[in-house]
Amino acid sequence: MSPTRRALLATGAAFAWARPALARAAAKVVVIGGGFGGATAARALHSGGLDVTLVEVNSTYVSCPFSNEVIAGLQPMAAQRFGYEGLARAGIRLVHAAAIGIDADARRVTLSDGTALAYDRLVLSPGIDLRFDAIPGYDAAAAERMPHAWKAGEQTLLLARQLAAMPEGGTVVLAVPGNPYRCPPGPYERASLIAHVLKTTKPRAKLILLDAKDTFSKQRLFQSAWKALYPTQLEYVPLAEGGQVSAVDPGAMIVRTDFSDYKADVACIIPPQRAGRIAAVAGVADRSGWCPIDPMTFESRLVPGIHVIGDAAIAGAMPKSAFSANAQAKVCADAVIDLLAGRAPGTPKLINTCYSLVAPGYGISIAGVYHPAGGVLADVEGAGGISPVDAPMALREQEALYAADWYRTITRQVFG
Amino acid sequence: MRLAVVSAWLLAGPVGLALATERPPPGASACAGCHVEGAAMGAIDGRPAAEIAAALAEYRSGVRPASMMSRIAKGFSEEESRAIAAYLSRQRPPGPEPSQERP
Repeated sequence: MSPTRRALLATGAAFAWARPALARAAAKVVVIGGGFGGATAARALHSGGLDVTLVEVNSTYVSCPFSNEVIAGLQPMAAQRFGYEGLARAGIRLVHAAAIGIDADARRVTLSDGTALAYDRLVLSPGIDLRFDAIPGYDAAAAERMPHAWKAGEQTLLLARQLAAMPEGGTVVLAVPGNPYRCPPGPYERASLIAHVLKTTKPRAKLILLDAKDTFSKQRLFQSAWKALYPTQLEYVPLAEGGQVSAVDPGAMIVRTDFSDYKADVACIIPPQRAGRIAAVAGVADRSGWCPIDPMTFESRLVPGIHVIGDAAIAGAMPKSAFSANAQAKVCADAVIDLLAGRAPGTPKLINTCYSLVAPGYGISIAGVYHPAGGVLADVEGAGGISPVDAPMALREQEALYAADWYRTITRQVFG
Repeated sequence: MRLAVVSAWLLAGPVGLALATERPPPGASACAGCHVEGAAMGAIDGRPAAEIAAALAEYRSGVRPASMMSRIAKGFSEEESRAIAAYLSRQRPPGPEPSQERP
C-alpha cells in the first residue's frame, strides 16, 4: 500500500463529508477478459478515475469480427491481432494471468500465478466457451479435424488451410447452433464467403449449411444474395428440413442429422456455447450457462458486486456482438463509477450495429436500439432493423466500406 | 502535515480527473463506435450541436436518406437527440491522424 493511500485511509473518515468522491478515487475495480468488452470497460473505468486492473491471460487478442474474411483469404491474419500496449500506454495496469478463483464475499480474485487481487467491484467480460459436451462426437480433439473457428486464432487458420486445400468438386459442411450464441449473423457471413471462395476457385464444389433453427439474423438479405450469387454453391438446410446436427464422426468426416449423413471434405462445426468459464466459477452463470444481469448496471442478478458484459451476459434483445460488448462496457463503467460514488446510475440506452459481407464489396447490416424495460434490455420500438431488401448495388458497396471502416475504428478505439 | 498532503492529493489527483470527464447522455457513448476521423462514416466530435441535432431529426423523419442512421435515429426522441448533439458538440474535435489512405 502506498504511503499516500495509507494516509488516505487513516484520515478518510474525517474527509468524507467534504469529498464524497473520495470513495470513488480509492476504489479498486478488476476487469477480467481483455476482448472488446473488457478492454473498453478498463479504459472507461480508468478514465473515470478508478484504480483498474485488467486481467487477460493472452498477450495478444485475436479478433473474431472479420475472421470470416481471413478464412476466405480476403484479409491477412495479421489484421486480426492486437496487443495490449495501447492499454498499457493509457495507464491501465495489465496482468497477463488466468483468473482461477473468485471469492465474492471477500471480494478477491485469485490468479494462476498465485497472486490475489482485491476489488470493490468486479467486471467480467469472459466471452464464450464452446460446449464440447453438446454434440456427440464433437470434443476438443474433433475440433482439430472439424474446426469451429468460433474463437479466432489457430482454428481460423486451420479452416482457411483446409478450404484452400480442398479438391475441386468437394463438399464443405457448415453446422450452425440454435440460439443464443456469439455473433448471430456470423455463420451466414461465413457460409457466404466460403461460397464465394468455391465459386471463384472450385466452381463444382458445394457448401451444405446445416442449421439447428429455421430463422436467423438478416435472413432475407442473406437468402436473396445467395440466390443471386451462389445458386449452385450453397444449399441451406433449416431445422424443419433436418438441419440439426445429431452427431459427428471426425474420423470418417461424417456429419449426422436425424435425416441424413453428410460426408464432408471440410467440416466446420459451430457448437452450442456458454459464458466463459470464469463466469461459472464466480457463480454468475445460471442453468442456461449464461449470465443474468440488471439491464441498468450489468450487475449480476446472482452475485452482488460482480458485473457481466459482452457475449457472456443475457442482454435481452441485444445480440452477442463486438459492438454490443463495446457499448455495454461503457454503460457498465458509468454505472460502476456511480455505484462506487454512492449515486444512482441513470437509465441507459444502448445501440448495436453489425455488418456482414456476403461477397467482397457486398455488405449488409442490422441495427438496434435498446433500453431497460420489464427487467431486461428490450428493443426500442420503431428503431433498428436490417438494410433494405431491394437496394441498389451502390448501397451494398457502401455498407461493405462501412464494415471495413467500422472494424478499423472499433479496434483502434479499443486496442489502439 | 498529513492533512495538507491528503488535501493536495484530493484536489490534484484522480478525483479531478474523474470530474473532468463529462458523462454522456443515454446513447451518446455508442456514437464513437463508428464516427471517428478517417472513417467513411465521418467524425462528429466537436461538430455544432445544431448541425448534429438537425441531421438526427432528418434521419428520424426519413427526409435524409441513410444506410444505417435512419434505423438508429428512430430510437431516440427529439429531446434525447438534442442532448446527444449537445454532448458531442462539446467533445474534443479530432486532431490530425497518422495518414491512412484508402485505395
